[in-house]
Amino acid sequence: MKIHEYQSKQVLARFGVPVPDGIPCTSADQAAAAFTKLGAQVAVVKAQIHAGGRGKAGGVKLVRSAEEARTVAKGLLGKTLVTHQTGPAGRVVKQLYVERGSDIARELYLAVAVDRVSLAPVMMAAAEGGMDIEELAVKRPSAIHKERIHPIKGILPYQLRRLAKALELSGETARRGMKVMQSLAQAFVAMDCSIAEINPLIVTKSGDVLALDAKLNFDSNALYRHEDVLAFRDLDEEDEEEIEASKFGLNYIALDGEIGCMVNGAGLAMATMDVIQLKGGRPANFLDVGGGANKEQVTNAFKIILADKNVKGVLVNIFGGIMKCDTIAEGVIAAAREVHLAVPLVVRLEGTNVEIGRRLLQESDVRLETASSLDEAAEKVVALVEKASKKGSH
Amino acid sequence: MSILIDGSTKVITQGITGKNGTFHSLQAKAYGTQVVGGVTPGKGGTVHEGVPVFDSVREAVLATGATASVIYVPAPFTADSICEAVDAGIELIVAITEGVPVLDMAWVRDVMRGGRSRLVGPNCPGVITPVSERTGCKIGIMPAYIHRPGRVGVVSRSGTLTYEAVWQLTSVGLGQSTCVGIGGDPIHGTNFVDCLTLFQADPATDGVVMIGEIGGSAEEEAADYIRTSMTKPVVAFIAGATAPPGKRMGHAGAIISGGKGTAADKQAALRKAGVVVVDTPSVMGATMKSVLGR
Repeated sequence: MKIHEYQSKQVLARFGVPVPDGIPCTSADQAAAAFTKLGAQVAVVKAQIHAGGRGKAGGVKLVRSAEEARTVAKGLLGKTLVTHQTGPAGRVVKQLYVERGSDIARELYLAVAVDRVSLAPVMMAAAEGGMDIEELAVKRPSAIHKERIHPIKGILPYQLRRLAKALELSGETARRGMKVMQSLAQAFVAMDCSIAEINPLIVTKSGDVLALDAKLNFDSNALYRHEDVLAFRDLDEEDEEEIEASKFGLNYIALDGEIGCMVNGAGLAMATMDVIQLKGGRPANFLDVGGGANKEQVTNAFKIILADKNVKGVLVNIFGGIMKCDTIAEGVIAAAREVHLAVPLVVRLEGTNVEIGRRLLQESDVRLETASSLDEAAEKVVALVEKASKKGSH
Repeated sequence: MSILIDGSTKVITQGITGKNGTFHSLQAKAYGTQVVGGVTPGKGGTVHEGVPVFDSVREAVLATGATASVIYVPAPFTADSICEAVDAGIELIVAITEGVPVLDMAWVRDVMRGGRSRLVGPNCPGVITPVSERTGCKIGIMPAYIHRPGRVGVVSRSGTLTYEAVWQLTSVGLGQSTCVGIGGDPIHGTNFVDCLTLFQADPATDGVVMIGEIGGSAEEEAADYIRTSMTKPVVAFIAGATAPPGKRMGHAGAIISGGKGTAADKQAALRKAGVVVVDTPSVMGATMKSVLGR
């Protein structure tokens, strides 16, 4: 789960990470008032969206008066920001964060993420902050210094000293930097984060160490023990269809193709997308109905797939294990009737009770094609969609 | 012969009185698995569906001599259950539960370090060794009937995609020695290299079907192992070639981030190691048959 920058800073401040003073706003008047209240000569107005790359997209602006804060806020609120992380549709700015400006002497990078190889969270630090760490990781991987955080004992003092040295910090500034590192490690573990990133972590001209930007993502499997994090959830920032799908226990991700897919199991769902592409089509979504889907879930899955106007055909691929094929067939038939299916449908069933399932499909009045392998199913749906689009263009 | 489990393996179910624990324990028994006991704190001394229930794993092990355990408890309690099984000296712990917090698994792996217990999962279909046409040792949620005894090992990060491979191996007449679903979470127990090492050493396994997916570097590590230490043929499929970067595809581990963990990289690494990588999962069984027939 993602949260906004200002929320991330609130969480980090609780763990002792110094952050600049700032005030979240939802109107131009509030932004002007925030500038006055901060009492700074320079402030920064920052668009709050769940995506990085805001600066380059014009979502972060320096202001020097309350009036300027108002004008900038007016321009940003309601604006669609397109960054490398938002996709071409972009995100509409609904919240701003007005923050006291800082005298930046140096920009550093500091982050924690779970590392599969060391089976623990790992802290990453680089003396070159501000830039995209993924870019740095590709260009100069040796510039990123890593320390494994012990899952129980946390990060140890000798590791902090090594990181501080790698960041070229010394004296009192090093001491402050190490405090930030320790706080970040503590926050990551205590809050069940999946990513905690401070980019940039700045050293000010007076030697203070501050988190100028902050990004926290949380492990959705651990949210049950973090009610305070759940309160930060911003549904405006999430895909409507994905929210709808999650209500029915379905795992749905919208893509930009034309063939809707309904599959049981994440691996098989990914493989189905792959085969569609291999056969010349483009998947419209990833949809995993899970291991024990019932008729209602299958119907809802259909509705969500068809709500996407780009969908020109649907492929259902089910390997029934615990879930029986006849149950799926009944669900597909009921759903196709209920939603008045108007696009081609190809169903591939395999597994428990497959003979009954196939017979039910054949005997129903729903127009559909069956297939006995994934390859055949993908070929059929791609061909049907092509045929339909040719007809449509005449 | 097989790896990890065989017909003589004695299994206990942690969380046996729950819905999943009950259903799958009965399925396992019906397949011939020796389900010798179950654990549900507070219900010790009772008998559930013909299986004796104990309050703790230690009591269950003392009374039954079980060496394997399967975990069906809810996600918030899974880490505790794994540690209890480790403490009781269980050799093979299979955690089926999905949705376990990643950082729980980080400290569980730390607790397990240097010990003699092996963990499979969490968030996995489990382990199965078909012994005869209709019986064997099944620890997990896979449908038993698709399996046939044979000489091909299967190791997979994905659930239903494993069934797809198994079904094809059965359909082409090869069957399986043992199938291991290692699970799709970022931090889990047994990995590809562990399973490949066991299959390489198992005289009853002639080749291995390996199913990977996007995210992480486990397939690249497997490729290294295969290149340096494996003589048996491996056929592989990697799911997620068309998945967009930055989107988590169901499994917590299935995500391409920072341009790392793509299917193309994994396929290339495996091909370089001599693995036959197939582009579509539909031909996993047929490909293995032709590879073994050479």
